[in-house]
Amino acid sequence: MDLDNLYQDIILDHAKRRLNSGLREPFEAEVHHVNPTCGDEVTLRLHLDGAGDDASIADISYDNQGCSISSASASVMTELLIGKTVAEARPVHDAFLEMMRGKGRVEPDEDVLEDGIAFAGAAKLTARIKCALLSWMAYQDALIQAQEAQHG
Amino acid sequence: MDGLLPELEVVRKDFPILERTLANGRALVYLDSANTSQKPQCVIDAMVDHLEHHNANIARAMHQLGAEATEAFEAGRDKVAAFLGAPSRDEVIFTKNASEALNLVANTLAWKGRRQLGEGDEVVITEMEHHSNIVPWQLLTERTGATLRWFGLTDGGELDLSNVDELLTERTKVVAFTWVSNMLGTINPVAELTRRAHEVGAIVVVDASQAAPQLRIDLAAMAPEERPDVVVFTGHKVVGPTGIGVLWGSSELLGELPPFLGGGEMIETVTMARSTYAPIPHKFEAGTPPIAEAVGLGAAVDYLSHLGLDAIRDHEHAITAYALDGLATVPGLRVLGPLDAERRGGAISFEIDGVHPHDVAQVLDSRGVAVRAGHHCAKPAHARYGVQSSTRMSSYLYTTPGEIDALVEALEYTRSYFKLG
Repeated sequence: MDLDNLYQDIILDHAKRRLNSGLREPFEAEVHHVNPTCGDEVTLRLHLDGAGDDASIADISYDNQGCSISSASASVMTELLIGKTVAEARPVHDAFLEMMRGKGRVEPDEDVLEDGIAFAGAAKLTARIKCALLSWMAYQDALIQAQEAQHG
Repeated sequence: MDGLLPELEVVRKDFPILERTLANGRALVYLDSANTSQKPQCVIDAMVDHLEHHNANIARAMHQLGAEATEAFEAGRDKVAAFLGAPSRDEVIFTKNASEALNLVANTLAWKGRRQLGEGDEVVITEMEHHSNIVPWQLLTERTGATLRWFGLTDGGELDLSNVDELLTERTKVVAFTWVSNMLGTINPVAELTRRAHEVGAIVVVDASQAAPQLRIDLAAMAPEERPDVVVFTGHKVVGPTGIGVLWGSSELLGELPPFLGGGEMIETVTMARSTYAPIPHKFEAGTPPIAEAVGLGAAVDYLSHLGLDAIRDHEHAITAYALDGLATVPGLRVLGPLDAERRGGAISFEIDGVHPHDVAQVLDSRGVAVRAGHHCAKPAHARYGVQSSTRMSSYLYTTPGEIDALVEALEYTRSYFKLG
């Protein structure tokens, strides 16, 4: 594939700036996810303000070791989700997963995914899908743990 | 360039895949042979011929095809035995791959028998092992209460043997290590380590997955005290097919280990209460084995022997030296492992400042250059050198200096693509 289609400026820019990176307090859940095929890792913390679907995503902080695709994906995700409620974040999360698992055949909605549409090229490459999904799966896991902790 | 295989261009024509092109008409530059090697036409033909003309189950079919299939399968064993210089052809056990061969040994050492491990016993491995020569020993020691210990590595990428007397004691029951590292390329001192391990009464298990493709192995010629008790390798790295691996074990050890998998073909007689077992090799080959694969593997090791293992080693050595020189010209590139081609095999792992290995491999792939990126199933060895992952080029008997030039040029392009000057 055309390299520039994969490494769009949005991705290279996010990979360099790594928005919201670094681990911060407070948090209700911390998860550690790895990509077993390559060893890429992310530690991700989630801080919710409130409970249930109306809870606001007050912060997502993370520390990662990974390629430009996985670093940029974490950066884009935090930029998209911080400040939204859990309910508002869900369709964004779902749309990103649908795009990444769509083998390049899913036309992404820029209104929903914003900078996230830049990963449409990575979705065509089996080897890179997990890179792009690593932090998103970590967020999903952290959300479940944070909500369980609140109920517990 | 000295040392290259004579008539390299003719040899390359034996490998049809090397002629294919990739996206955008790019020529294939295949530098991932430590991952899996490409296959010569004679191996493909041998397997197709077997399936077209001789296919039947082995050892139990009372008809002409059954006899032909059995003969072809056992001829594969003879060829592998010759390839290894095995003292006896019955010591060659076919498995699914090298991992299964290592698991066979590690599992049966946990079970009731003369060699069963227990608390107080120790298993010694090394920090440069492939995960398949780490995890089975972790499982063994967890199951038996034995203790797992390991040799560390020097900064130069070799085994640190400075504490060998402290590590190898009368408690040591197994010493398992790789002949050639799949990540660092290091060639380990098999004879010396085996002798030291035998002095304390331990059995020695050697992973020859990366050695068998490029070093001559002659077990019968080794002094008994320097000959490992088990040597394993996989078919697909020696220009053979996937789906078949080899466990060579001394008759003495294989006789002492209990069976691994139970089933057809591994028995002598079966009653509802108990069974008695066939002698080796069949004792360890339950069920229908990989028959066409054994035929293909036989053709593969014959092909390597025809070219000559010494000539292949010289070729790998020349290409590796040329590659180390070429890689040294790329700014910000650091090779992990020995920098002296004499002391290493043809797999060279490296990192480049400022570009993740995934991204390196992606850009190389866009230029037709196939390498591996990641931890290469050797996470502890990466951790030892403070890196999470690396890019690995690995050559083989069909690699040309021109392909190394293409790699170096593509690495320069990678640096410019990610704006590293």
